[in-house]
Amino acid sequence: MLHKKNLEGKFKMYKNFFRYLISAIFLLGFSVNSNADFKVGFVYVGPTGDHGWTFQHHEGRNAVEAAGIKTTFVESVPEGADAERVIRQLAQSGHDLIFTTSFGYMDPTNKVAKDFPNVKFEHATGYKREHSNVSTYSARFYEGRTLLGHIAGKMTKTNTIGYIASFPIPEVIRGINAMTLAAQKVNPNIKTKIVWVFTWYDPGKEAEAAQALIDQGADVIMQHTDSTAPVQTAEKAGVWSFGQASDMQRFAPKSILTSIIDDWAPYYVERAIAARDGTWNQQDTWHGLKEGMVAMGPYNSAMGADLVKEVEQLQKDLASGKVHSFTGPIYDQKGNILVAEGKVADDGMLAGMSVYVKGVEGDIPK
Amino acid sequence: MALYFFTPFIAIILTILGGGIIFYILGFNPIEALKFYFITPISNLYGFSELLLKATPLCLIAIGLSFCFKSNNWNIGAEGQLTFGAIVGGGVALLFYNQEGFYILPLVILAGAIGGMIFALIPAILKTYFNTNEILVSLMLVYVSKLILDYLVVGPWSNPEGFNFPETRQFSDSSRMPLLFEGLRIHAGIFLALAAVMLSWFILYKTYLGFQIKVSGLSLKTAKYAGFKGKTMILVVFMISGACAGLAGVGEITGPIGQLHRMISPDYGFTAIIVAFLGRLNPFGIIFASLVVALTYLGAETAQIFLQIPKYTGQVFQGMILFFLLASDYLLFFKVKILSLKKNELRH
Repeated sequence: MLHKKNLEGKFKMYKNFFRYLISAIFLLGFSVNSNADFKVGFVYVGPTGDHGWTFQHHEGRNAVEAAGIKTTFVESVPEGADAERVIRQLAQSGHDLIFTTSFGYMDPTNKVAKDFPNVKFEHATGYKREHSNVSTYSARFYEGRTLLGHIAGKMTKTNTIGYIASFPIPEVIRGINAMTLAAQKVNPNIKTKIVWVFTWYDPGKEAEAAQALIDQGADVIMQHTDSTAPVQTAEKAGVWSFGQASDMQRFAPKSILTSIIDDWAPYYVERAIAARDGTWNQQDTWHGLKEGMVAMGPYNSAMGADLVKEVEQLQKDLASGKVHSFTGPIYDQKGNILVAEGKVADDGMLAGMSVYVKGVEGDIPK
Repeated sequence: MALYFFTPFIAIILTILGGGIIFYILGFNPIEALKFYFITPISNLYGFSELLLKATPLCLIAIGLSFCFKSNNWNIGAEGQLTFGAIVGGGVALLFYNQEGFYILPLVILAGAIGGMIFALIPAILKTYFNTNEILVSLMLVYVSKLILDYLVVGPWSNPEGFNFPETRQFSDSSRMPLLFEGLRIHAGIFLALAAVMLSWFILYKTYLGFQIKVSGLSLKTAKYAGFKGKTMILVVFMISGACAGLAGVGEITGPIGQLHRMISPDYGFTAIIVAFLGRLNPFGIIFASLVVALTYLGAETAQIFLQIPKYTGQVFQGMILFFLLASDYLLFFKVKILSLKKNELRH
């Protein structure tokens, strides 16, 4: 009797063991399978060869691919009625994580996310996270602008900086202000002149704006638009300029002092791996020089060794948090205090920034 | 005559063959690529509904254009009329923001049609009274309308809670097109397109105006000799054309988009010119043509998603359709004859 019971027990043990083994194999097989099927989709607003915004997102995608994860992209997706269909098709065709890389995809991304709770969505530069499977991310480009302002303030002879701006959204105004504050710190007589072009990408308009600013006496040109036209115009006119979004040095080797580079690669790889391994969670990411989402291109030797050293130190201090781009006292155009002495602007204020600081000429278009 | 309606099919077949060759040269399996291009997008209900959604504005605009083209009036600016229609319709929708009422949507739609009509009247009046070229005027007005839209969505009409982003508020439900099925984007705008098809067939083939349009198209001199009032007719065809484009614009903003911003149309007004000719300026042909051209948009997306074929092939396909259509027309209407001179003739 005892013997039999023992046997039964042993048999039960084996049975359980086999059950676990089989389920383990199944699980393993399943998870390996799902790993192999794991796919990431990207939606781009421009062509991959724009040498600016979309080009950099595409570089990020290449990094994800290099990390051994399958990816798909759709380029030049208009921000109108077509965006929703493209995002939905990516979700339907087995993509597990989808990056939508332009502000105008905000509502379509959230709408599709509602219908695909198992698919993760990452929307660049937006502020709506209506469902738990939607994250947003952007970069603290203003930190790069602080470095540009410092360089511009030192390099200008006419004390006039020309700025080609796209749309009067907080992101752009923040850049203008960060640049102006940093330039004023090294050169109190600085004036920032702005031309609004109301486009992100229009080489013709951007070149005209650059020329108009040069004609008004600006000898440093910077842009918050995506084409290489402004730096090429600056090169022709013999004034300084800065590259935007990607390293534009080869388009204007003499004129470009440095470029602000959007480096999405580390973030994309990290999020893709997290989604594959099941550790992805909803986030609102705003990374800067510290995390490397904002990087600087090579510094032009025309700046001189001393200035390069200064700027490199400032870059380190911005990254470590020792220096903040918006440190008080900061005044608006009318002289009202925005940030008190010794304080720094918080993220809420930065995110909603909609007034110019003192030293910027003109009004924000309404 | 049968051949005349057959050439569009030849053009489509040649385009598919040409596309296959391009895919082969690019290093893709042509059969597979064409399958992803022309079959996969409409292999399920959702895809089919998206095809109809995409074809709706193309069909509406092309119907309007057929009136102009049939009567020898070259309205190239449907894109501008679409944009201005969307501006006027969208303005009314914003005026009724957060209000309820069954009458709001019809008002918005009507405003859109009137907007497009007014915008089309500009080249028409300039043509009839000042003898300007309607091709240039209507084309240049496209840029004017887009600048007006830019100004409005950046400035006075921008969403007060929208952080200055260039877009208006989302319209209230009372000014949105009702959806036909839960979960699909296809909306009541498709009935506007179908109504336009029926109405245009009636006008073109059953009324005196239609007769005038056809005669003027075939021979302006005959039309003058017959005593038709050319000026009124020009104004009328432009108004019809503009109203249709305006309806297409208002259908987009009250349908899938739901607000005004800078990207309301991926150049539907220009693509519709291909649709009108592919449909042989015939109302029922245009339905067919709008579906074919809409498919080239969807196919380009699917082909990029599944095979990473560059999305610009869509535009290449649209270009090829028009090219092959014109080429087959040329071969149809002109006889190619290889001339050889006989020796006898030379001697003389």
